[in-house]
Amino acid sequence: MTAVLAVLEQRDGALRKVSHEVVTGARRLADAGSGTVEALVLGGGTVSGADQLGRFGADRVTTATHAALGRYTPEGYTRVVVERVRARQYDAVVFPASATGRDLAPRVAARLGVPLAADVTDLGIEGGAIWATRPVYAGKALLKVKLLARPALLSLRPNVFTPVERPRAAAAETAKVDVPERGGRVVVREIKAAAAGALDVAEAPIVVSGGRGLKEPANFRLLEELARAFGGKAAVGASRAVVDAGWRPHADQVGQTGKTVSPTLYVAVGISGAIQHLAGMRTSKVIVAINRDKDAPIFKVADYGIVGDLFEIVPRLTEEIRKLHA
Amino acid sequence: MALRFQGVDFYDADGLLTEEERAVRDTVRAWVDDNVIPVIGEHYVAGKFPTHLVPQMAELGLFGANLPEEFGCAGLNNVAYGLIMQELERGDSGVRSFASVQGALVMYPIYEFGSDEQKRRWLPELASGRRIGCFGLTEPDYGSNPGGMITVAKETKEGWVLNGAKMWITNGSTADVAIVWAKTARLDDPGSIRGFIVPTDAKGFAAKDQQGKLSLRASDTSELVLQDVCVPKEALLPKSAGLKSPLMCLTAARYGIAWGAVGSAMACYDEAVRYAKARVVFDRPIGGFQLQQARLVEMLTEITKAQLLCLQLGRLKDQGKMSPQQVSLAKRNNVSMATDVARESRRLLGASGILAEYQAMRHLANLESVYTYEGTHDIHTLILGQEITGLSAFN
Amino acid sequence: MKIAVCIKRVADSETRVKIAADGKALDEAGVKFVLNPYDEFAVEEALRRKEQAGSGEVVVVALGPAAAQETIRAALAMGVDRGVLLQVDRIPADGLVVAQALAAELKDGGYDLILCGKMAIDDYNHQVGPMVAELLGLPCVTSIAHLELQGNTGVAEREVEGGIEVCEFPLPAVLTTDKGLNEPRYPALKGIMAAKKKPLDIKPTALAVGGLEVLAMTPPPDRKDGRIVGEGVAAIPELLRLLREEAKVL
Repeated sequence: MTAVLAVLEQRDGALRKVSHEVVTGARRLADAGSGTVEALVLGGGTVSGADQLGRFGADRVTTATHAALGRYTPEGYTRVVVERVRARQYDAVVFPASATGRDLAPRVAARLGVPLAADVTDLGIEGGAIWATRPVYAGKALLKVKLLARPALLSLRPNVFTPVERPRAAAAETAKVDVPERGGRVVVREIKAAAAGALDVAEAPIVVSGGRGLKEPANFRLLEELARAFGGKAAVGASRAVVDAGWRPHADQVGQTGKTVSPTLYVAVGISGAIQHLAGMRTSKVIVAINRDKDAPIFKVADYGIVGDLFEIVPRLTEEIRKLHA
Repeated sequence: MALRFQGVDFYDADGLLTEEERAVRDTVRAWVDDNVIPVIGEHYVAGKFPTHLVPQMAELGLFGANLPEEFGCAGLNNVAYGLIMQELERGDSGVRSFASVQGALVMYPIYEFGSDEQKRRWLPELASGRRIGCFGLTEPDYGSNPGGMITVAKETKEGWVLNGAKMWITNGSTADVAIVWAKTARLDDPGSIRGFIVPTDAKGFAAKDQQGKLSLRASDTSELVLQDVCVPKEALLPKSAGLKSPLMCLTAARYGIAWGAVGSAMACYDEAVRYAKARVVFDRPIGGFQLQQARLVEMLTEITKAQLLCLQLGRLKDQGKMSPQQVSLAKRNNVSMATDVARESRRLLGASGILAEYQAMRHLANLESVYTYEGTHDIHTLILGQEITGLSAFN
Repeated sequence: MKIAVCIKRVADSETRVKIAADGKALDEAGVKFVLNPYDEFAVEEALRRKEQAGSGEVVVVALGPAAAQETIRAALAMGVDRGVLLQVDRIPADGLVVAQALAAELKDGGYDLILCGKMAIDDYNHQVGPMVAELLGLPCVTSIAHLELQGNTGVAEREVEGGIEVCEFPLPAVLTTDKGLNEPRYPALKGIMAAKKKPLDIKPTALAVGGLEVLAMTPPPDRKDGRIVGEGVAAIPELLRLLREEAKVL
């Protein structure tokens, strides 16, 4: 019997999509050990969507509430998760490797004195031991590790564990918990929202990325329009060259010194495909490249390539995608 | 576009370098990748020296880096200095030339032949890039034969009056100060050649850029005219004595050129290898064809030999055992080698190779100047011929 | 202001990964090692804070093999005052073990600020900084791209999905640095020469066993060869058909 705790994420009182992935990953681990999945979500009050988690295979869902937990607070969240883990005998605790999960999971690991396998893309149980595979060297190699301690802590790379429906009757509960006033010493004063509805490149199911081939920063407008044509499912990424040149914000950079992304569809526009860029996007499910140089290395990893002038191709492609979504 | 140059080191020459030498090289390498490579093509086509790089080069400590720290310099050994020149020329010969002139042809003569007062006054200013210098030796009719120069300096009660013309002067029009070489006695007496520190805003001093260059386009090359230019007594470099003095400067600069040429060859080879692996013709990368492989093998072989040559030359210089003839051999070999590598790289790149977007043709065109300046290839042949036989072919 | 920066020696990002004979690690032959790029942001920030304060000390601490002395000297060349190497034969896969060794070194140092890169570009562990903070009982903000300090409090900004979190924290604190925080300086040549004269304390370090066992390192699965659908706008209908019918992503 493998007991797995899935630590989920909400924002503004609504469960984030990545939570379904975490429950899916946790379910996979629990199934390998004929066990159960408990889901834990922290919030200021009830969290919408928490009651739907049975669909993805949660056996029990707990919403831990406190006025100070509406927003992520590193110390408050750490305390609640650690107390929960200490109170029950979990074999594994699974987090999302999101901005929050990457902050929270290591703290919990240090508090509990157990190792953390971060950014996991595959996991399972072999001979009673939990193993995990995680990309290293920006995906140029995969490291398979065995977690010797209990509970085993894992954070799951976004977009890898596609949510699978595994309906079961989940018991839901809400528990008031105790945390220090304001949640701790570190206080999130505000979240400055990016442009309304903007998706993060690390989480978007579709990423449209541009490089030097765009010629000048203003031309990224073409990619923003293409992204919009996908109906709110796409984010705009960028190569290191254009980020270093100041054309695009650092947050958009895809590559070894930027973000590693695994979207369903990655469209590389005017990107030649330096090793360090390829490292950041090679785990995308489908890659499309548009480049005028037919010898560009990007075409070696692209499932589908179009050779030609992006300034002609992208607007037409945008039009066609728009029609599809109309 | 490559992000970071990964070096060309087939014989683990890196293993022969000290940690500081490597650190110096890596710093300049990163700086060149970040700041020179992205802009040099445009500047070359526009025929402009990238002036904005000068303060950065000074901040890094690239000017006169092998001169002592007491004068605001980095106090590096000569191998580290050579590696700086290698990396700068990997960017562009024009950028390396700027540093060569400032360091080896302006700061070095002040350090070597100047008074304590001159050293204290000028070296920190030049090291920090607050002042730019140029070196006036070559004249319209006296290139390979500088001893024949007709620029003269006449001593007066107040100081010196200079008259003459200089040509092919790197940085001439942008310099604040010129090291001018002139005869102080009869025109048939090269032993009377002395060096002078001449402010370029002195009355009678004029500099005009030479136009229409098809080589070293990202570098300023000028003519200097000196008409009754009056300078005080303190302008004379007191320890300069005869033709030997400017020739010592040229040896110092030439040493850097021997290294620099290797840098441009490395850039061309690296570009050729990447292109050969990526460019598909007849359904396979051209790197798989024997003819292109032969090109790459020749390039790598020659670069490797030149690297080892430079390294030993640098070690000899650091031990105080380097002869001018050894520098001649390295300059002659390495520049010729680099020119060949650039040409073969250009050819391997096919039509793309004629574009400024690629490096080979720019380096090739630059190297034709480098082949000719600081002692032409042919003159170095004669110097070495004389060294071997004891017989001069000049006279 | 007394600042510690935890740094790591990592394989350069341009490294072509070859797996060692034991099938569990990188084959280091011919690999160029550099200061982890995210740690450069931390070093730069520490130097700027010290320069602004007008006094203080910046200390780098690295856990790694003897060769990591070179990495420490790279930081000293940038202007760091002194370095400490916690010398081990190899860096363990378990980030907690690394954090424990660093925390033990930093514990009594009296630092106002402890900075780390947000992650190392080799193991992508993303965890040592916040673990050090937990072990030392210090407040911590991770992946910061903007920082303001005033007296004993700081405000840092960190990127989260679709927004920027603005975090307030008291000093002393641990911060991990992201790209965008600053533009690291090049070590000046004089700095490189000065680095060899700066103190570098080498401490042989015994590590805890740790709870992560490496089973295997493998190359990522090959992507199947791509194909060029066609040239120019004429290829768009075929591309859309393939995305819909073959790849099923539209």
